[in-house]
Amino acid sequence: MKLIVENLGLNRASEEIVKDISFELSAGEALIITGENGSGKSTTLRGIAGLLPLNSGAIKLLDENGKQFEGQPREYCHYLGHQNGMKTALTVRENLDFWQKFCGEPDLTIEEALEEVDLSHTIDLPFSYLSAGMKRRVTIARLLVSDRPIWILDEPTAGLDAQSVKMFTALCQAFCESGGILIAATHLPLGIETEKTLEIKASN
Amino acid sequence: MLALLKREILLSIRAGGGALTGVLFFLAVVSVFPFAVGPDTKLLSHLAPAILWIGALLASLLGLDRLFAQEREDGSLDLLVMQSHPLALTIFVKALAHWVMTGLPLVIATPLFGIMLNLSPLGIGATMITLLAGTPAISFIGAVGAAVSVKLPRGGMLISVLVLPLVIPILIFGVAAITGALEEPAPFTAPFLFVCAITLFTSVLGPLAASIMLRHSAD
Repeated sequence: MKLIVENLGLNRASEEIVKDISFELSAGEALIITGENGSGKSTTLRGIAGLLPLNSGAIKLLDENGKQFEGQPREYCHYLGHQNGMKTALTVRENLDFWQKFCGEPDLTIEEALEEVDLSHTIDLPFSYLSAGMKRRVTIARLLVSDRPIWILDEPTAGLDAQSVKMFTALCQAFCESGGILIAATHLPLGIETEKTLEIKASN
Repeated sequence: MLALLKREILLSIRAGGGALTGVLFFLAVVSVFPFAVGPDTKLLSHLAPAILWIGALLASLLGLDRLFAQEREDGSLDLLVMQSHPLALTIFVKALAHWVMTGLPLVIATPLFGIMLNLSPLGIGATMITLLAGTPAISFIGAVGAAVSVKLPRGGMLISVLVLPLVIPILIFGVAAITGALEEPAPFTAPFLFVCAITLFTSVLGPLAASIMLRHSAD
């Protein structure tokens, strides 16, 4: 599997913020996008996740034989944005259960996924009861409950303590070893062995 | 998609009782009319179908502004639009859930309010059937309004202004059908079929239009 991004150009409010981003990632590779605040890291990630219309360029997802995957690349991605995408009125189990069913391709069970992020005891608590860091960890568990070959992570470690960051890095490492492609915007390197970096400079 | 329906219904039960709000608003609208009209029961029963329909229409608009704005605020909207399911289908299910939690309780509460307005049993039956057939269309049209105003911080008023002109045909045919059931020689079937047709039509066109809006309002 190969993800190819060619000459990506993206607009925010009719101003081109991201220009000429190109990279290629094979199965098992990770890309860390760095750059100053406002340089267009999030915009790039949202473009790859299919959440922004492309101004120019193309995103392709090819299999081993060089054939394009069916449908849009975004359908093969997990996106972890600034917000958690969880409902505060529902319990942790209900939230994860919904995303697992809605995203399809179930992988780990909800219990196993929460075990991975060390939050098994919160399974029946309303999401609103959790602290910011715990909410983030539940959101990370969402990546584990359904199987997607690409993870797109925007500041994934925001709000996590040192121990949780370590746990998260291990999860990312395991994901890449199992043949996943990971793209993350972060200020700290995740320490994945197959890690590449891409620095975005503010275009103005 | 069943998971989405379940989640939507759970949310509206948990978060402040969405179903109850609609019915209470309906009660408020309907119960002030007898005071305004005065002690003329004949006039009241004559006006009852129109009052019930207006009340149901306004109550159905409640909560429409939250339909996508809330999803956008907590980041769920991004995840909803990324999936391989057709976005129009996702919106259809959300609109359906909105109807189940606001429109359907109104239909169930109609007999009670019909009695308050001195409506005959036949009139109550006709009102329930036309509301059952017509209120889903308000949710489907409302989904378009909600998609248009998803980025606005206070889109509720705008949605009402956008949606009300579009739902007026349903109001006209709905009330006409009830009048047809109660008074000869006005027909019941023809306007009732129009109500059904509008609901079917909007159930396809509404989600489609809303999905195009949501894709283009990405930021």
